Amino acid sequence: MNRPSHHPGDTLLIDYAGGALCEGASLAVATHMAFCPACRHAVAEMEAIGGALLDDLEPEPLSDGCLEALMARLDHERPAPCRPAVKPSPETSCYPEPLRSYLRGRLDRDGRIGEGGWRFLQPGMRCMDLLSGPNGTTRLIRMKGGVGVPQHTHGGIELTVVLEGGFSDEFGAFLPGDLAIGDPSLVHRPVSDPEGCLCLATTIGGLRLTGPLGRWFNRFVKF
Amino acid sequence: MFPLNGTMQDQHTPAADTAPGLEALLVAVGRERDKQAFGVLFGHFAPRLKTYLRRLGCDSSAAEELVQEVMLLVWRRAETYDPRHASAGTWVFTIARNKRIDVLRREQRPEIDPDDPALVPEPEESADRRIEAKESSGRLRAALKDLPPEQAELLRMAYFEDKPHSVISAEHGIPLGTVKSRLRLAMERLRRSLKDVG
Repeated sequence: MNRPSHHPGDTLLIDYAGGALCEGASLAVATHMAFCPACRHAVAEMEAIGGALLDDLEPEPLSDGCLEALMARLDHERPAPCRPAVKPSPETSCYPEPLRSYLRGRLDRDGRIGEGGWRFLQPGMRCMDLLSGPNGTTRLIRMKGGVGVPQHTHGGIELTVVLEGGFSDEFGAFLPGDLAIGDPSLVHRPVSDPEGCLCLATTIGGLRLTGPLGRWFNRFVKF
Repeated sequence: MFPLNGTMQDQHTPAADTAPGLEALLVAVGRERDKQAFGVLFGHFAPRLKTYLRRLGCDSSAAEELVQEVMLLVWRRAETYDPRHASAGTWVFTIARNKRIDVLRREQRPEIDPDDPALVPEPEESADRRIEAKESSGRLRAALKDLPPEQAELLRMAYFEDKPHSVISAEHGIPLGTVKSRLRLAMERLRRSLKDVG
């Protein structure tokens, strides 16, 4: 399998490794990592940096009795840690962890995302919400072949990971595992590949459509 | 530029450099449920974890409570610790990070499953580029001390303030491009120290 050519980049990976990214953005980055050994390696290095930074922190003594209290709790722990030798078999899935956990109950018998539960966005384009919170939303977006998204820019940051098929915009071709970063400086008009496109998209902050059609869309489409 | 192995005397954590090392203690907890080893690990990590959680905004008692939860996870999960993959400090850092996201932000931490057959594998030629965890952690700490202050400061903010670099940029009035380039430069230097075989 080809490995991705569009990556989150060091700064976003540091945000992920340090734990500063919200859940939706972390899900996008970790989904890319499932496709990308190079970024897995980079995150392992960044976690090592986290370990070294932790070791270098000025120790702040704990109150008396903390260790004793914890030791007493250890006595009530089971003698051997309860850890299943074999993980419970997950439902058949074409998608890697951690995405698989977020798709529980939404897959058909083949382990693919089924036909139910989609919401209309525009002709040839549907979405399915996975997470929504005060910071933004994370959703799957499915596009038929050759569908164009109205030209838009981003009020916040949008992370899009291709899962199947692909799309192209002014910045190149995006294939499975590729992560596209949209920010306020980016205006683009992505078009899906002929075989269509399934992607995971996390938006943090707003996304604004530009152009006459886009301004009309803004009134009721929240990407 | 980087101190050679053995020339760096660690003044803060003698336990890290003298036998048995933190890694060996963690393995002993995993294999033998060794409480004495756990006590030594607690003595090393708990006060640092408290500082970590205080920097993230916990008051003293909340921090201590959370430190105990993290150390309880260290006890429970020690069996899964593999010293070939991470230093003890790195492993404890990831547990503390995930626990504080869970407790302080009430969010899940999405992570890959290293045993997932659906993971796209490494190209064969690079399968052996694993970080030699224990050997490299001393070099990494030395390289951290050598970072230019403005890079080190940003790196600490990135790990200890629960804010993505874009927010750090906005809040501290440092242009986004400057934040990114400082973090990248820091990463370049630190990566070199990880690759340096001493």
